[in-house]
Formats: sequence, C-alpha cells, structure tokens
Amino acid sequence: MLAFIVRRLLQAVLVMLAVALIAFAMFRFVGDPVNSMLPEIATTEDRQALRAQLGLDEPIPTQFAKFIGGAVQGEFGISYRNKRPVSDLIVERLPATLELVFAAALFALLMGVPMGVYTALNRHGFVSNLLQIISLIGISVPTFVTGILLILIFSVWLNWLPSFGRGEVVQLGWWSTGLLTISGLKSLVLPSVMLGLFQVTLIMRLVRAEMLEVLRTDFIRFARARGLTDRAVHFGHALRNTLMPVITIAGLQLGSMIAFAIITETVFQWPGMGLLFIQAVSFADIPVMSAYLVLVALIFVVINMIVDLLYFVVDPRLSVGGDRA
Amino acid sequence: MKQSGPLLEVRDLSVVFDTRRGPLTAVDRISFDLSPGEILGVVGESGAGKSLTGTAITGLLERPGRIGGGEIRFEGNRIDNLPPEQMRRLRGRRIGAIFQDPLTSLNPLFTVGRQLVETIQTHLDLGREQARQRALELLAEVGIPAPEKRIDHYPHQFSGGMRQRVVIALALCANPKLVIADEPTTALDVSIQAQILAVLKKLCREHGAAVILVTHDMGVIAETADRVAVMYSGRIAEIGPAAQVVKAPRHPYTEGLMGSIPVIGTGADRLTQIEGSMPRLTDIPAGCAFHPRCPCARADCAAVRPEPRPVGDGKVACVLYDGGGI
Repeated sequence: MLAFIVRRLLQAVLVMLAVALIAFAMFRFVGDPVNSMLPEIATTEDRQALRAQLGLDEPIPTQFAKFIGGAVQGEFGISYRNKRPVSDLIVERLPATLELVFAAALFALLMGVPMGVYTALNRHGFVSNLLQIISLIGISVPTFVTGILLILIFSVWLNWLPSFGRGEVVQLGWWSTGLLTISGLKSLVLPSVMLGLFQVTLIMRLVRAEMLEVLRTDFIRFARARGLTDRAVHFGHALRNTLMPVITIAGLQLGSMIAFAIITETVFQWPGMGLLFIQAVSFADIPVMSAYLVLVALIFVVINMIVDLLYFVVDPRLSVGGDRA
Repeated sequence: MKQSGPLLEVRDLSVVFDTRRGPLTAVDRISFDLSPGEILGVVGESGAGKSLTGTAITGLLERPGRIGGGEIRFEGNRIDNLPPEQMRRLRGRRIGAIFQDPLTSLNPLFTVGRQLVETIQTHLDLGREQARQRALELLAEVGIPAPEKRIDHYPHQFSGGMRQRVVIALALCANPKLVIADEPTTALDVSIQAQILAVLKKLCREHGAAVILVTHDMGVIAETADRVAVMYSGRIAEIGPAAQVVKAPRHPYTEGLMGSIPVIGTGADRLTQIEGSMPRLTDIPAGCAFHPRCPCARADCAAVRPEPRPVGDGKVACVLYDGGGI
C-alpha cells in the first residue's frame, strides 16, 4: 500500500508539472503584459525596468524554474489588474468557493444516495418513475437556467432568500466563513442547490443502476437465503457494494463542481475563485489565470488521491493480501 | 409440529414463468416427500427444473417466475403461500441453502465472521460474543483450520473449497431441519468435491438436517444420497432409493442417464448416449415428454402423460409400468 501511495504521489507530481508548464506557457501566448500595464507614453527604459521587475528578461527555462519555485511556495506573482500578490487574492476567494462546493456536494449526496436506493428498491413504484422523469429534466436543463429560476422563485416572488452575494462573513484566521451567520447560511442555499442539483440527479441514477446490478448478484441471493432481513440485505450488503463507483464519480464530480462553480458564482455574484477567474479572463490577467489553473489542477489531483485511498477503506480485497489457505 | 410424518411434502408443485406469449411451465406438477434427516438427490439435465424446485421451496423465486400450483408443506404446515416476512424467518432458521458458486456466494466486503455473526444473530437470541463463539465452533466443524484467525479474514483470502465450507457453515448456523444444496460441488476442483460432500453429509447428519442435493453428477448422487429423484422437462421421471435408481434404473431415461457414465475396466469404447436433447419449455411434447427420444416408445406414449406409479421401492412415470393391473 505504501508503494501504491508513493507511485500515486509521483504521478501527481508529473501531472502538476505538466499543468504548470501550460500555465506558464500562457504568459508567452497572450502577448506582452508590459504593454497593458504601462501607459502609452512609457519609455523603453520604463519598459525594461518593469520587465526586470516582473522577471521577464531572463531566459525561458530560468523563468519556468522560478515559476515552479514560486508556485510551490504559493507565489504566482502580482496580479496585473489589482497590483496585489495573486496568492492574497486566491486566499481571499478560496474559502467562498470551497464552502459553496462542499455545501453543494453534501446536498447532492444527501439527496442523491437515498433517492437512488429508493428508486432501485421500488423499481416499478409511482414515486420512482416520477423521480426518474424529474431527474431526466434535472440532467437536461442547463445549470444557469435552474439558477435563474431559483432566483425568480425564492428571491423575487417569495422573497425568502437573497439573490446574490455571500451575506455576512466571519473571519477565522485567514479563512472567511459564511457558515456562522444567518445571512451567510441563507445566501448559501440557492447557489449550492443550483450547483448540486445536476449532481443529485447524476448520483441518484448512478446509485440506482449500481444497486440494481448488485441486487442481482449471488451473494445477495445467498444473503436472502440465509433469512437476513430486507433492511440488512439492502443497506448492509447491497449499498456497501455500490459505494465504490459512487465514490469514484462523486470524487470526480467534486472536482468538476469546483470548475462549474464559475457559472454559479457568476449567476449569484458569489465572491469566490470562479468570479475572480472570470474577471481575470476579461482583463487578460495572466498571473491570476495561471494560478487558478494550477490550483484547480491541484484540487483535482488531491481529490483523486483521496478517492484512491478511500478504495482501500471500502474494499478489503485491495488492502488485505490473498494468503489463501 | 408433527414428529412422525415427513419433514417436507411437495404436492403437485408447478413453477410457471409468465412471458409475453403466455405462461411457460418449467416445473410441472411434481410430488415427493422427504423424511427428517434424509438426503434426497435430484438429478437431471440442465433446465430440467431441479434448481427451480429448490428455489420454490425456499420461497426465493424471482419474477417472472412463480409457483403456479400445488402445495409445499414443511413440518406439516403449508409454506408456499406464507407472507414474505414469515417465509424470511423460516429461511436460514429452518431451511438453509447452499449455492453453486462459493466464489460469488459471499459478500466480498465483509469478513466471514461478520457474515456468520450477522446470520446467527438474525435467527438466534444470542449476544455478540456468544454469536462469535458459535461462529468459531461452526468454522471448526466444517474443517477450517485455525478458525480464531480465519474468522476475521475476508472471503477472497479463502480458496474455493474453503469458501464452500464457510457457505456450509452459514447454511447450518441456526440448525435448520432442511438444507437445499444447489450443485454445491459443481464449481469446485474434482479433488475438493469429495471433501466438501463429506463435510456436508457429516454436518447434516450431526445437526439432524435433511438435504435436497441438486446436481447433475450421478457420481455425487451415488455416493451421497439416500433417495434419488430423476427429473426430465420439469417432471419427475423416477424416484426411489439411490441404490435401486443407480443400479437398476426402471425409467428408460434413467437407464440412458446411467449408461452415459463411463465405467473403467469394462472395455467399452463408446459411451451410450441419449439421442437428441431435452425439449425447450416452449414445445414440450404431448404425453410423455421423453417419448421422442425414448428407445422404448410406443404408440400411446404421445397420447397419455404417464403418472408416477409405485415400482419396487420407488415410483416411475412411464407407460411400461402403467399396465400392471392398475
């Protein structure tokens, strides 16, 4: 198992290096940032000075090495737009996005798994068919449409929940949280529902399909033949065996939710990394963009590693060697 | 609970599959009895309805299959129409089951100990420690070495034969009076088969359980069973004491079945075989289902379905034995 972790870590480092190369290459391809940072009347000396200050006058391999070195320490240079260190901007925005994504993921799992189990066990029931149809709609409708509908219903018509922003936040060290205030929690509801709704339907359908598959296996038939209660058969034996694929997909989806958060954050003006990224794109703010790219890649890699390690927890066949008698 | 009568009485049991083109009868009005502690072998080709008979008795038929008629009595009480919850209490507690493939019968994610304890606690009023103690005893009984160590192992850490021993322990853990073993050795190495059968036989004797041993292996039957039922196309062709059915088969089908077993040292180059194959459920011939393949077929075979008649110590469903003054 240790060998497995080391191997995965090495793979992760390789992936991150490749992503860093792409992020670094963005600096080359999007034109000379110096042009947009200095006024039109700037002299060649001014340009040279700024170039030296930004480290753009050095050979490319040196620049890449410096970029990596900085990135490892969380330094991505100075934002072209805000003239502030990118790392500060990210640290400011990261908690908002993570809180949103984890709330959405929690919502998706708490809704999706029970609904999947229910529809699998009552395959021909009326409620199951209804859920199946609704989930089809949930999968087909683009998230920004559901977001706008949510705002229309719950903010404009019913006036229950705020339509934008994060509400009041409380600082816990560098982490700003909206989870401790009423207005923060209320603001979190609509965005996380919007972000999680698609995942609910996905997880529900996945759990349902896996569950139906497992319910057909011999060990479930044997569990029934042993006279175990339906409850033990369904939740003890069947559900646990469906968890492997669900963990995989849920993990991957967690990564893509961080990426999809861009749309949600735009719709709800949620002050997270997605919004920061959108603003950076419209301003060609390369340091921010490349930092965002590296960070999202890092989150993906970390989540995938956690998923792989969870397999070991769930499936003893991986961790316990087969010393057969 | 009657003590004297048979443990299990099956009367005119039919198993039917509802299809779009109407019901298909897979098991057709079979009847047999089973005494306490008796081992009944059920043989026949694939699709003869052997396994379905066992599944019907455990109440585990899955849609579109269902019991189409007849009744099953266990210890004198009807069990074919019990509500699901009562049937569940019977399963594992009074009627145990062993499946064909030990590799897939156990949940891969739980230790064998957990699966044993769970089953024991479902049926018996025991605490966790007592249940575990009983699980250890059972593992030792089925011949698993070092049970204290093995109880916390996962199924994949056991070989096929060892896993089937665990399955036997699971089937017997609440001392059922009847065990339905559906091809318990088919998926195992030949060298292991005899061991598993010996374990099964010994344990069922010790626990006082009767066994319905479903198999297509005549050798297994000859070695293990007290009585044998030969099934063909969902019907019982012949049923009787194992020695009689194996050594002196009466039904032409049984004869053919026995003739197809190789005997070393007789010098026969070719095995006799039964021409043709078993009819599909959709076109079972009228009269005796075996008559198109039967070497002794007569004109009336296609007309009348023969009912089982007592012949010797058993019963045979064949017109050859129909005439004798009845």
